[in-house]
Amino acid sequence: MSGYSADPRIRWTEWIPWVLAIGFFFALPEYLSLGARVLVFILFALSLDLILGYAGIITLGHSAFFGLGAYTAGILGAKAGITDPFIQLFFAGGAAALLGLATGAVILRTRALTLLMLTLAITAILLEIANKATNLTGGADGLSGVQVAPILGLFRFDLYGKTAFLYCLVALLLGWWAVRRIIYSPFGAMLTGIRENRARMHAVGSPVYWRLVLVYTISATMAGVAGALLTQTNQFVGLNVLGLEPSGDILVMLILGGVGRLYGAFIGPVVYLVAQDYLAKQYPEYWYLGIGALLIFVVLFARGGILGIMDKWLFSKHKSSAKASAP
Amino acid sequence: MAVLETQKLCKSFGALTVADNLDFRLEPGARHALIGPNGAGKTTFVNMLTGALAPTSGRIFLNDEEITNKNQAARVGRGLGRTFQITTLFRNLPVLDNVALAVAERRGDALRMWRPASSHREIIEESRELLAKLGLADEAATTAQELPYGKQRLVEIAIALGLRPKVLLLDEPAAGVPSADSKRFLEILEKLPSEIAVLIIEHDMDLVFRFAQRITVMVQGQVLVEGAPADIAADKRVRDVYLGEATHG
Repeated sequence: MSGYSADPRIRWTEWIPWVLAIGFFFALPEYLSLGARVLVFILFALSLDLILGYAGIITLGHSAFFGLGAYTAGILGAKAGITDPFIQLFFAGGAAALLGLATGAVILRTRALTLLMLTLAITAILLEIANKATNLTGGADGLSGVQVAPILGLFRFDLYGKTAFLYCLVALLLGWWAVRRIIYSPFGAMLTGIRENRARMHAVGSPVYWRLVLVYTISATMAGVAGALLTQTNQFVGLNVLGLEPSGDILVMLILGGVGRLYGAFIGPVVYLVAQDYLAKQYPEYWYLGIGALLIFVVLFARGGILGIMDKWLFSKHKSSAKASAP
Repeated sequence: MAVLETQKLCKSFGALTVADNLDFRLEPGARHALIGPNGAGKTTFVNMLTGALAPTSGRIFLNDEEITNKNQAARVGRGLGRTFQITTLFRNLPVLDNVALAVAERRGDALRMWRPASSHREIIEESRELLAKLGLADEAATTAQELPYGKQRLVEIAIALGLRPKVLLLDEPAAGVPSADSKRFLEILEKLPSEIAVLIIEHDMDLVFRFAQRITVMVQGQVLVEGAPADIAADKRVRDVYLGEATHG
């Protein structure tokens, strides 16, 4: 829980993901490419959690920003000869921010289903543009040959994904830190207020619409950076970063992990992408079935996602142990 | 000079006229009550004052500045606070946060993104003081929905006071509060700072006649009569359309 009554200090449990990530780096070097991909999607899910979990903005179009960031970095690296990874990230984030501001200012005047359809329309339009503008994007063949210079001129993106993994990990750490600060700040408390009771926020003088546009832009920027990271680690961009499918995927990941809990965005992508990787190898035709069953289970029996189940379990254990220790 | 004034304010929903040429003035520091039978258009009137509803025609002034076309947030920023007839709280948030969100907006701190909310001492101190004034000091950590109803009504008032309004609109603040608590409610209302002009809409006639120095009676979207409580109580028309009816209920 965030807000004015919350303790903002970092609890020891919050270090677990980072310890696990470092451990993963040393223990499973052959899976670092998958690891980097998971880290990118965690950052993407975090950006979604900020608007969906905290501000209550429902969207099926978050891939618009992810995809725009991915293509911006890709076009810079493959066509424009701008290969510095930080400059690519900067422009990817900037482009996504502008798109977030421009589209948010229009669509955030609407709510619920209308909003959902408009977000979907925007990413569908971008998908079609990327599909048709073959000179720039490579269309359905994808954009290959994206050049990315060594990070700081020192660390080359290697074949095993070592550099990519650490690079994404640092990016995620910064993103997590920023989101965590935002969530615990008065701004974050205000977003929770909008989600909880919009009429009340209007009545205390909050310009709700502008606040939503602002957080939407922040979230879009993060999603754009995540998209650029994906491009840089793969040195390739395909059409699968835009449209309904990646928007739906990231939504499913966040719901699996738990919405509005910050760390749901960590657990969801891990479970989803690892299951995808494993199931797709074992049952290439039916792997979506497993994801589907998992999602149905979570939606029916565990509204708070996987984190919600863990919370409940820990809480009941805590309560029963407190009971046992009582005289 | 009136702090709040309306000129020929009208509102129609299709053929139904719920506000018909309302001319109304609220004086500085006033304790003014707006009464009238159900469906008289009192809440519509308040919603037009706060900007939740746009009037069909007419003008609204706050401290001599026209606010007819200003949105809710702009009106709050100019000193217009309100409470809701139907309790409108952040139900899942602690009582402290309910008030602190309002205080932060008023102070212009709501866009701060870096320092944790809980280390903004100024906001929290002010919110706690407000809660203490309303006798809610011990409930600060309770979530709003866990409070008994009467105390939820007090949180409504605490939120409005967190905005440091110059004009406070109380839309049936004691609605649904058990009559045993309504005396305590009156005490709290009487302790409101005298520089705030208060307009109260209320059905509890006991509370109205004790609290208000001036009363406006609305019937079918029009002002029937306005005057001191004693005059209103003696007015035959008021007895006919309102008090007579109320005693039956």
